[in-house]
Amino acid sequence: MSDAGASPLVQVRGLKMHFPIYAGIFRRHVGDIKAVDDISLDIRESETLGLVGESGCGKSTAGRAVLRLYDITGGSITVDGTDISDIDKEKLRHLRPKMQMIFQDPQASLNPRMTVAGIIGEPLVEHMSLSRAERLERVYELMDAVGLNRSFANRYPHEFSGGQRQRIGIARALALHPKFIVCDEPIAALDVSIQAQVVNLLEDLQEQFGLTYLFISHDLSMVRHIADRVAVMYLGKIVELAPRDELYGAPLHPYTQALLSAVPEPDPVRESQRKHIILTGDVPSPSNAPVGCNFCTRCPRAEQICHEIEPEFRQVDKGRYTACHFVGDTAIKTAEPTVGETVKP
Amino acid sequence: MSEDGAAVLDVKDLRTVFETAQGAIHAVNSVSFDLRPGELLGVVGESGSGKSVTMMSLIGLLGTTAATVDGAHVNFDGMDLLRVTEDELRAVRGAGIGFVFQDPMTSLNPVFTVGFQLMEPLRNHMGMTTREARQRAVELLELVGIADAEKRLSDYPHQFSGGMRQRVMIAMALSCDPKVLIADEPTTALDVTIQAQILELMKELRHKLGMAIVWITHDLGVIAGIADRVMVMYGGQIVELAPVIELFKNPQHPYTRALLQTVPSVRGSRAERLRVIQGQPPILFSPPQRCSYSARCNHAFDRCLAADPARISVGDGHDVACFWDPETGEPR
Repeated sequence: MSDAGASPLVQVRGLKMHFPIYAGIFRRHVGDIKAVDDISLDIRESETLGLVGESGCGKSTAGRAVLRLYDITGGSITVDGTDISDIDKEKLRHLRPKMQMIFQDPQASLNPRMTVAGIIGEPLVEHMSLSRAERLERVYELMDAVGLNRSFANRYPHEFSGGQRQRIGIARALALHPKFIVCDEPIAALDVSIQAQVVNLLEDLQEQFGLTYLFISHDLSMVRHIADRVAVMYLGKIVELAPRDELYGAPLHPYTQALLSAVPEPDPVRESQRKHIILTGDVPSPSNAPVGCNFCTRCPRAEQICHEIEPEFRQVDKGRYTACHFVGDTAIKTAEPTVGETVKP
Repeated sequence: MSEDGAAVLDVKDLRTVFETAQGAIHAVNSVSFDLRPGELLGVVGESGSGKSVTMMSLIGLLGTTAATVDGAHVNFDGMDLLRVTEDELRAVRGAGIGFVFQDPMTSLNPVFTVGFQLMEPLRNHMGMTTREARQRAVELLELVGIADAEKRLSDYPHQFSGGMRQRVMIAMALSCDPKVLIADEPTTALDVTIQAQILELMKELRHKLGMAIVWITHDLGVIAGIADRVMVMYGGQIVELAPVIELFKNPQHPYTRALLQTVPSVRGSRAERLRVIQGQPPILFSPPQRCSYSARCNHAFDRCLAADPARISVGDGHDVACFWDPETGEPR
């Protein structure tokens, strides 16, 4: 999987995260929800890997599993040269400063009874031995970095707007000089005009501190803006992974094609001329995934083989990976053109 | 304002004020618009811009406790909705004006079957018998593309997926053949592929049923695909109102222009840096004395701080409330 160049900062191989289902009066183990089922990816230093998919596809679970916020079911995770797949809690705690997380809902992820200084300073209390004055100095530094006024340090989260609260969450994630940050839908709860502010801030901070992001989002247009490479998840698996421009310019997997086609275009003339791929039906349950290809129940191209054999996730072009029987060395070019041109319906 | 007198809904000078512990919030300030037969009017704005409150105000959905709704008139079907009794308003809601809410998870009652909830308005508003209502409910579910409609009537909301629940909500809103359908962010809680299904369904239903639709959203992409006219709201006011192609081609208000620039796209060219609207939307503790966008506007000048710009016509069906002229870069 790893391409030429520096070795990746984060290496995920065959990651599985299954949640058991217990039923009946004896709480017997009757099945598993396969939230993340055998995914492999690399995240290179200082890059942003976008992880996109619809709700329930397992993208947030994948993000949390990569940080070992769960005890994973299988596979391996290496962060900055250390295999963290099954190390114990105490060792993990010492590694936490290196890898941090920004959560979706800034309302729910900040303790309403703590002041801003308390929230941002808490990781410093946990992991570093600083004097009170040193700590406050660092908190101020962080508030400057994320564009919060220092005079707000003693206020409580409810006194801030959504965008400002997300800045507090970002400052907290930055407190311990992390290398790797998982951003789990950091802008989903914000208004459009505020989203751009936060995304620009994340880009600035990446440049300033050399951060590596795993950017999880369902917003395909924002991911196109921020990510260098993009992985598309469907029902617990990665169906396509490619450099950003290739993925958006010529998506290979039928699901990626449908997903991109479903995003409406903010231009009434182009939108009315564009050909839409409308998927039928809903995503199947991850506890009872279809036999063969996960996407076969909704795929407009599905044939017999798709219902029998699971396609392998493999490299089809330089840096381009996909899991589809019909994408091979002779890559199909029937994809909807998504760059510039439009098609008559 | 309406050139043709045949508007199905004619709203003039609507105002809504909420009494809160912190003081009065002027959520809707002198909003006037009309809705023509069979058209789809898109309403765009950020949260707190007053788009939902406007629509809820005009059909009396806010309740009477904290909100005061006032205005010149809201004419619908020969009635002024601001001056009718609660009973008459009740009859209008559902039968005359249907409503689809944003969140299909919370707007269906979890303890009743979908069939029961679909049949309830049919029996109350249309005076149908249970058998007739059942028949109609099946037709409605088929209309919105739910397979096995007959069987699904006895299912509970939790047995439906999000997209299916939104289809049920739409079926419910359509059940009494309303003249006007108000859809408040009907696809915001849904995934894009499901949103595409619902948008396709709405386009189809519009042509089949010919009703007028008000579609509230913050997603300019959605609006571009379905609306005939668009009204942009900010600070409880309409800052711009124009036919959809005109609005996207020739936006006049700095807020509309900024909104169109901040939204990245999955197609076309990709900006290296996103354009940002600095600052926050206002909280309206008093009726506007200045332009409510002036604090965030790059073009604001002294007049914007001294007076609230009135809505003026700048073209065919194109209104804007701004003192600044983007063509000349000068005050109007």
